[in-house]
Amino acid sequence: MLRVEGLSKSFGAFSMSDVSFEVSEGEYFVLLGPSGTGKTVLLETLAGMMEADDGRIILRGRDITRERVQKRGIGLVFQDQALFPHMTARANIAYGLHGRVAGKAAIQARVEQLAEEMEISHLLERMPGTLSGGEAQRVALARALGAEPDCLLLDEPLSSLDTGGRSRMRGLLRRLNRKKMTIIHVTHDYEEALSLASRVGIMEDGRIVQVDSPERIFRDPGSEFVARFIGIKNFFRGRIERRAVAGGGDPAAGGDIVAGRVTTAGAEPVFISEGIKLDVLTSLDAGDAVAVIRSEDIVVSIEPVSSSARNVIAGVIIDIVPVRGGVEILIDAGVELAAMVTPRSVERLGLEIGTKIYSSIKASAIRVLDG
Amino acid sequence: MRIFRGEMTHLVFAALGGLVLLFIIAPLAGMFLSVTPGDLSESASDPEVSRSVRVTLFTSMGATLIMALGSVPLAWLLARKDFPLKQLINGIIDLPIVIPHSAAGIALLGVIARGTPMGRLAEKAGFEFVGGYAGIMAAMAFVSVPFLVNSARDGFAAVPRQLEKAALNLGASPVRVFFTISVPLAWRSILSGLILMWARGMSEFGAVLVVAYHPMITPVLIYERFGAFGLKYARPVSVLFVTICLLFFITLRVIAGRRRDAQS
Repeated sequence: MLRVEGLSKSFGAFSMSDVSFEVSEGEYFVLLGPSGTGKTVLLETLAGMMEADDGRIILRGRDITRERVQKRGIGLVFQDQALFPHMTARANIAYGLHGRVAGKAAIQARVEQLAEEMEISHLLERMPGTLSGGEAQRVALARALGAEPDCLLLDEPLSSLDTGGRSRMRGLLRRLNRKKMTIIHVTHDYEEALSLASRVGIMEDGRIVQVDSPERIFRDPGSEFVARFIGIKNFFRGRIERRAVAGGGDPAAGGDIVAGRVTTAGAEPVFISEGIKLDVLTSLDAGDAVAVIRSEDIVVSIEPVSSSARNVIAGVIIDIVPVRGGVEILIDAGVELAAMVTPRSVERLGLEIGTKIYSSIKASAIRVLDG
Repeated sequence: MRIFRGEMTHLVFAALGGLVLLFIIAPLAGMFLSVTPGDLSESASDPEVSRSVRVTLFTSMGATLIMALGSVPLAWLLARKDFPLKQLINGIIDLPIVIPHSAAGIALLGVIARGTPMGRLAEKAGFEFVGGYAGIMAAMAFVSVPFLVNSARDGFAAVPRQLEKAALNLGASPVRVFFTISVPLAWRSILSGLILMWARGMSEFGAVLVVAYHPMITPVLIYERFGAFGLKYARPVSVLFVTICLLFFITLRVIAGRRRDAQS
C-alpha cells in the first residue's frame, strides 16, 4: 500500500539514510526508536513537508515522492496537534472538508459524524486553547480523518496524555485501524508499540534497523541496539480471563502455579498464554492482552518457596549468559523466561544448564497491556 | 548599602528618563495650552483647514491600503522563504526610513513626473501624480511602507510553520492557507503595521511638499500658515491636526487591543 524505497534526507548534523519499508493495506505499523533518531523527519518527508534528497515513496502504486503536500493523500497528526488556535474545534475539523464535501449542511453533518466517532461532540464549540491534551488529540485526529487520507501518520499520539487518556486513545486508534485505516505511528515508547502494532520498525540513527512483528522483535532482537532499547525479554501475547475464586485455588487456572493463593471474593484476573498462566494485577477486562515482565523481577530458587509471590513456575535452565550488570538465566518453563541474577547467586545456588529451578514472579511485577 | 546603591541607580535612571519624557510632552503641552478654544473653533470651521484634514486622512489611508496589497505578500515571502539576496531586500525595505524625505520626494519625481513612463501611463488613465492625490499617496507610501512590511514580516514569522503545514496536509491550497491561517494569525502585527503606516503617512511633510504642494495636506498647510502669517496662525491648525491624529491613533490601538483579547 505504502512502499518506501531508500529514502534519504539530511540537513545540518542530522541525516536519515536509506530508509526502506512497506506497509500493507489496513496495517498498524509502529516506528519505534529513541528520540532524535529521525522518526519525525521520516513522517514529515512522507507527508511532503520536507523534500527527500533521495529515494521513492509509492502510495497505492502512485509515486508521490515529489507530489505536493496537499495532493498526497497522507494525513499527519502532529505531536503537538497543531490545531488552528483561532478556530473552534468545529472549524478545525471542517477545514479539511472544504472542497471535498459539497454544501455547508453536508460539511456540518460530516463534522458531527467525525466528532461522534472521536467522542468529542460536546467539545465542538470550544477553542483549542481550552482543550486538554487528550481532547486536543482527538480533535486533531478527527480533523485529519476529515481529509480522507489513504494513510494516517501519527507522531507520538499518546505522549501528551495521562493514563486514562492513553487507554481511551488506544481504543480509538484500534477501532480506527479495525475500520481498515492504514496507520503509521511513531513512538519512543515500547509499550505503545506492543499494544497497538501489527508490525514494528525499529529506528536507530536515521535508519530502520529491524522490521518485524512485535513478538518477533521482543523475542529475537536483531541487534544489541534493539535489545537494549526494548530492554525486555519476557513478553507474552495472550488473554486476560477473570475467574471467580472461592476459598482456594482454581485447579483449572493454575496448572503451573504451585504456590498457594490468597483468596479474595470476586473475579481475579489471570493471564493465559500458550504455555503459561499467570496471576496478575490489572483493571483490564477479559480480552486480548500482552504481559511484560522485566528479567530483574523474576526471582529464581532451587526449591519452591512459599512467599508472597503469586506465581511460582517450575522450569529448567537452558542457558546462562553474562550480560552487562549481571547474569541472564534463560529458563524453559513452558515458555522461555529470562531472569536476571548476580554472578554470586549463580555460584551460591550452583546454577548451570539443565538445573531444575523455580521462578517466582509477583503478580504486581507483571505489566499487563491492553492487546 | 547595596540595596541603597541599587535604588540610587534606579533613581538616576528615572530622572534621566523623565527628562526625555518631558522633552516630548513639554512642547506639545505648551502648544496646546497656548491655543484658546476660540482659536480652535475658528480653525475648525475654516474650510481650507477641514479640506486639508480630509485630504490628509484619505490619501494616507488610500496609500496604506494600496501598498498593503503588495506589502503583505512580500512580508510573508520574507518571513517564510529563503532566497538569494533576501538580506539585501530587507535592507532596501528599510531605505526610506534613513534617507531625507525631501530627497525621497525628488527621487520620486524622477519616476512619476509628467514626461516619465509612469507619468504618461497615469495621464492615459486620466490622472496626474504631480500636484494630484496620486502624487501625495505615492510620497506618503514611499516613506511609510517600511513600517507595514517590517511589522507584517515579524507577525508572519511568529506564526508556527507547523500550522501552515498542517493546513496544507489537510488538502488546502497555498492561497487558502495564506488567507485562512497565516493572515488571521499574523493579523495583530499586520493591523499594527497598517496603523503605523497610516499614522506615518498622515504626518509626512517633506516628500509630499516636493511632489504635490497642492492639493494641500494639513502638514503643508501648517507650514504655509507659519511661513505666511507666523507662529500664532500656525498653532491652532497644528493643535487641531495633532488632536485628530491622536484620536485616530488611540481608537485604532484600542480596537487592535480588543482583537488581541478575543484571539487569546
